[in-house]
Amino acid sequence: MDLQQTIQQLINGLGLGSIYALIALGYTMVYGVLRFINFAHSDVLMLGAFAALFLAPLVEKAFGPQSVFGAIMIIVFAAGICACIGMLIEFLAYRPLRKRPKLTVLITAIGVSLFIEFTCQNKAVFGAATRSFPKLLPEKQFHFGNLVIGSTDILVPLVTLLLLGVMWVIVQKTRVGTAMRAVSFNQQAASLMGVPVNRIISFTFGLGSALAAIAGILYSMKAPGIEPLMGVQPGLRAFIAAVVGGIGNLPGAVIGGLLIGLLETFAGGIPGLSSYRDAIAFGILILILLFKPAGLLGRATIEKV
Amino acid sequence: MKIRTFALPALVASIAALGLTNCKQGGGDTIKVGEFASLTGKEATFGTSSHEGTLLAIEEINAAGGVLGKQLELLTEDNQSKAGESTNAVNKLISKDGVVAILGEVASSRSFEAAPVCRDNSIPMISPASTNPSVTEVGDFIFRACFTDPFQGAALANFATGELKATQVAMLTDVKSDYSKGLAKFFKEKFLANGGTLVTELDYNGGDKEFKAQLTTIKNSNPQAVFVPGYYTDVALIARQAKDLGLNVPLFGGDGWESNVLLDIGKEAMNGHYFSTHCAADQGTPKMTAFVESYKKRFNGKTPDAMAVLGYDSAMLLADAMKRAGTTEGPKLRDAIAATKDFEGVSGKFSLNENRDAVKALVFIKIEDGQFRYTATVNP
Repeated sequence: MDLQQTIQQLINGLGLGSIYALIALGYTMVYGVLRFINFAHSDVLMLGAFAALFLAPLVEKAFGPQSVFGAIMIIVFAAGICACIGMLIEFLAYRPLRKRPKLTVLITAIGVSLFIEFTCQNKAVFGAATRSFPKLLPEKQFHFGNLVIGSTDILVPLVTLLLLGVMWVIVQKTRVGTAMRAVSFNQQAASLMGVPVNRIISFTFGLGSALAAIAGILYSMKAPGIEPLMGVQPGLRAFIAAVVGGIGNLPGAVIGGLLIGLLETFAGGIPGLSSYRDAIAFGILILILLFKPAGLLGRATIEKV
Repeated sequence: MKIRTFALPALVASIAALGLTNCKQGGGDTIKVGEFASLTGKEATFGTSSHEGTLLAIEEINAAGGVLGKQLELLTEDNQSKAGESTNAVNKLISKDGVVAILGEVASSRSFEAAPVCRDNSIPMISPASTNPSVTEVGDFIFRACFTDPFQGAALANFATGELKATQVAMLTDVKSDYSKGLAKFFKEKFLANGGTLVTELDYNGGDKEFKAQLTTIKNSNPQAVFVPGYYTDVALIARQAKDLGLNVPLFGGDGWESNVLLDIGKEAMNGHYFSTHCAADQGTPKMTAFVESYKKRFNGKTPDAMAVLGYDSAMLLADAMKRAGTTEGPKLRDAIAATKDFEGVSGKFSLNENRDAVKALVFIKIEDGQFRYTATVNP
């Protein structure tokens, strides 16, 4: 592998890694507050992509094709829809089980995930066939000698960084963030101190699902074929990323995502290794769990988020 | 111990046979034909096309008076393009519904799953479009109405060195698919024999969305063309990302490419690429022209693809064999199918060889201006 190829793979890997990072942010956020993995997160990602698919023609009519403002509108609306879906899932599936053992909730989360996937594969909903995702923004490839950087490869890391910043501000600097940290620290004590626990948990789910929707749209811009099972593979990688980075830790999720994305890309470009990308992702997970169970940035403390 | 291990399957088989005869007697005045297909899931357009072709054939046969004085009844099971589901589907069709023959499937991996069940129950199975050689190797009850990958792979290798004048080729294979791996193997054998060099061989997992890692390495190895023996959903994304990376050489592949979804998703990135397939709607033979017309009439103006044609041909082949056999009993029906010679299918005239594979021509298609264009026919 020469230098030029290495740099190209670095660019590819960062593009992919920031998508994983964005999804991992949502996983880690919900885990931070509720201490359980919301497996339906990757399906909300898919719903975000489909929301954008159906919104795109409407927005295009109003603002013309491939306008920046139109794209932002689509993302905001899709994120809003998915935030509502996320809160609904929490209300219907997780809230009734809140006092039960965490394992019950975890199993329910897997059930919710399968329910969404198979409902959406029904012909009456989206159908199982792969659909073409519309172009939301004009795409451009920048060539530097032999190197190619696509506009989405630049856009995705920027959005991820921006959202990481926004999340950090929300969690650390706002009243609602203080409440989230309080709920994560001790639900019962928080409610005794007047924190509306249900509303805070709803808000967390809404925020996490909005992140998933944005990730889904960016993912579909990179790979414009979408189907009801599209969330499974990136969802799994992002879950690994969240654990590797230290689950519950926001910057950890981003670092974990980038790490998995980069490793996967470099492995993918090497003959003989390219079919072991899943094995590599899981190998990292196992190594981390063996040697640094709290994750790269995780500390073995109780307070997280 | 030995007796027991023998006795148990024999017992199971005899019970199954009892169940079967019961079903047949209770079946009444229709002949039940089973079909399993990927009607939903990753390869849904393949399954839907072959199912529509099969359905059209059964309807036409029934309209013309049926077979052996009875109407045909098509029972279809969906395996959702998933590994493991086909065995269940075929088991149900045979033991519960009591079908006399099985049609399906397009994907080789899933035909391969169902084939042992059909063989063990002495029920003939005709795959419309599974090209992997291992499918019919399962046993003498398993047939196919299409050519095999050794033939397709060799034709693609000759196409690469002949038409494309490409001796430096990169290859990108789907490791999850028997079809892709098989085609890659036979292509490689012939291509190397033709004096070509494979500059790099990389893999992906079917269903991946991100191929830039592999494509970057491929671009760096400076190939004159890239062989991608995959399925359309993956190929479309590969073509787009190849274009994004500035990899401007022709991609080419096999019949797994053929679906309108390829053009839907791949858009202008598909132009200038080639694939081989069983037949083309614009190839101009009278039987094909007539089929295209009746298919369009039946399915809202949809143009049939090769999978629809093969679905149709496999059902017609079965009906023809039933007429010749004069019965729907498994072993006699099997012998009649095996004896098929010079069958006039929509996809062309073909005979079944001693391996129960159809020996027939293939066509090459070039993608231009977002359309499939017939370019050449290659005879076996």
